[in-house]
Amino acid sequence: MYGGGYIFDEPNKKQLREEEQHDEPEKLAAFEERIARGEKIESGDWMPAEYRRQLIRLIEQHAHSEVIGALPEGTWITRAPGFKRKLALIAKVQDEIGHGQLLYNAAETLGKSREAMINDLLSGKSKYSNVFNYPAETWADVAVIGFLIDAAAIVNQVANAKGSYGPYCRALERICYEESFHLKQGHDAFIELATGTLAQREMLQDALNRWWQPIMHFFGPPDKVSSHSEKLMQWKVKMASNDDMRNQFLDAYVPKIWELGLTLPDPALRKNEATGRWEYTDPDWDEFFRVINGGGPCNAERLQVRKWAEEHGRWVRQALMQPAERKAFPVA
Amino acid sequence: MSYNAALTDLIIKMADDELIQGHRNSEWTGLGPVMEEDIAFSSMAQDKIGHAWALYRILHENLEGKDPDTFAFHRPEKDFKCSHLVEMPNEEYGFSLMRHFLFDHAEAIRYESLLDSSFEPFRILSKKVKGELKYHTLHANAWITQLSQAGEDSYQRMQAALNNTVALAAGIFEASPEYEDTLVTERVYPGEAILYQRWLDRIYPILVKASLNLPDPKTITPAYGGRQGIHTPYLQPLLKEMGEVFNLDAEASW
Repeated sequence: MYGGGYIFDEPNKKQLREEEQHDEPEKLAAFEERIARGEKIESGDWMPAEYRRQLIRLIEQHAHSEVIGALPEGTWITRAPGFKRKLALIAKVQDEIGHGQLLYNAAETLGKSREAMINDLLSGKSKYSNVFNYPAETWADVAVIGFLIDAAAIVNQVANAKGSYGPYCRALERICYEESFHLKQGHDAFIELATGTLAQREMLQDALNRWWQPIMHFFGPPDKVSSHSEKLMQWKVKMASNDDMRNQFLDAYVPKIWELGLTLPDPALRKNEATGRWEYTDPDWDEFFRVINGGGPCNAERLQVRKWAEEHGRWVRQALMQPAERKAFPVA
Repeated sequence: MSYNAALTDLIIKMADDELIQGHRNSEWTGLGPVMEEDIAFSSMAQDKIGHAWALYRILHENLEGKDPDTFAFHRPEKDFKCSHLVEMPNEEYGFSLMRHFLFDHAEAIRYESLLDSSFEPFRILSKKVKGELKYHTLHANAWITQLSQAGEDSYQRMQAALNNTVALAAGIFEASPEYEDTLVTERVYPGEAILYQRWLDRIYPILVKASLNLPDPKTITPAYGGRQGIHTPYLQPLLKEMGEVFNLDAEASW
């Protein structure tokens, strides 16, 4: 669910080998023609090295976002109020882990193992969506995440599902199907609080105020400064611009929030009816880059939890690699 | 009257076990040793909590119990009747896996015995639950067997987990002396002593296959007390956490 619109640059990307920098022109032309015709590229097909590299990065970051994204909501499973919310939240977070699994599988078709990807996550080499570096402080945060972050992710993923790489598109189709249920459960919890007691409404408004900037950051920096090339659009790796996705999200969800009598912490937020575009105060992009580079409120905590899981689960994974070794039954 | 009280007692014992075991399973969501286990424990958590919910509904609809949310999320610790096994914190995967193995076989045997219970809601529920427990026990058996045969470290961990959990698990079968005769006479269920024996018979061959050494049942001192409302220090914090949001306003709709 959680793939943001932004593909982070990795700090130590390998310089392509000389021969990889010059894809064979004929093969490249045929490859680009296939994409232009709307064909899907499959894992055994010829592809430019840069296409492979960008896709691994995109899918891997998406997978990490699912797995790390399970954590802020996951901490509320044990505290969810009532059977209905508890069961829905476990199922939802479980789906996110399942999406991580699907996406790691899709990335593996490009030649990078799940283990290598997880190692890169833990070492900080590989990134995940910034939005999960913020804390989920109250139950209302769970409703805001389930409704609005899932909604934002759907905007991005529906676009990406039309991309050129077959295994990623097929994973996304299934993911989007499940996401639409997540959105419903998030919306339901959101409405419950919005139409509840004064304390519930205040809790929700507070969560909305805190999450608004991370949500605006979610689709990545404005197009005017975003460094991603037209090549990625031409290759159908990136399917929509950051600003277009942000606008689509605002158009669909801001009216729903306002209808409930809630406010958003940006006095400049409005739709320009003449252009059809939303206008807003630019969120603090310095903060965005600070958080990417490890300076967010929860970066360290999130990775620490994953490291705990990796370290405590190591003996199990090692045991799975052992050929079945019959032990003599100890004499009682 | 005493029949209803006996039935209520049994349902609360079963439901509280399911709720707390489900809670402990759900704590693995996001933290499992492999993603596939994460997903499996989350699935089983949903099933256990679902069973608890169904049992509390039976109480609510048939025996004048409170609504399930209030009963589960807003009840003092002393009124809980779960066994000590389910209260224990997870700590290591080996422990959680062994608890899952011992608990799920006990649960499966209990529900099998309810298929011809004189109490109709038990018959209906056990038919539904049977299909789910088949997969829970298959999962437990597969992992227990695999990890016990995958080298010395893994084997030692599994044997230690068994040694640490077996007396706790035997505590599942703590009978309530004031109600047991009524429940058996009324053919609600066969009674804890019989279920305990069936459970030992069921787990023994699987443990043998896994080359794990089940301590001699005669040497096991079951961890009793939970059914009488006497709990380990781990239950109170768990309940506080579980009710943290609900009890901000127990009258509100969440």
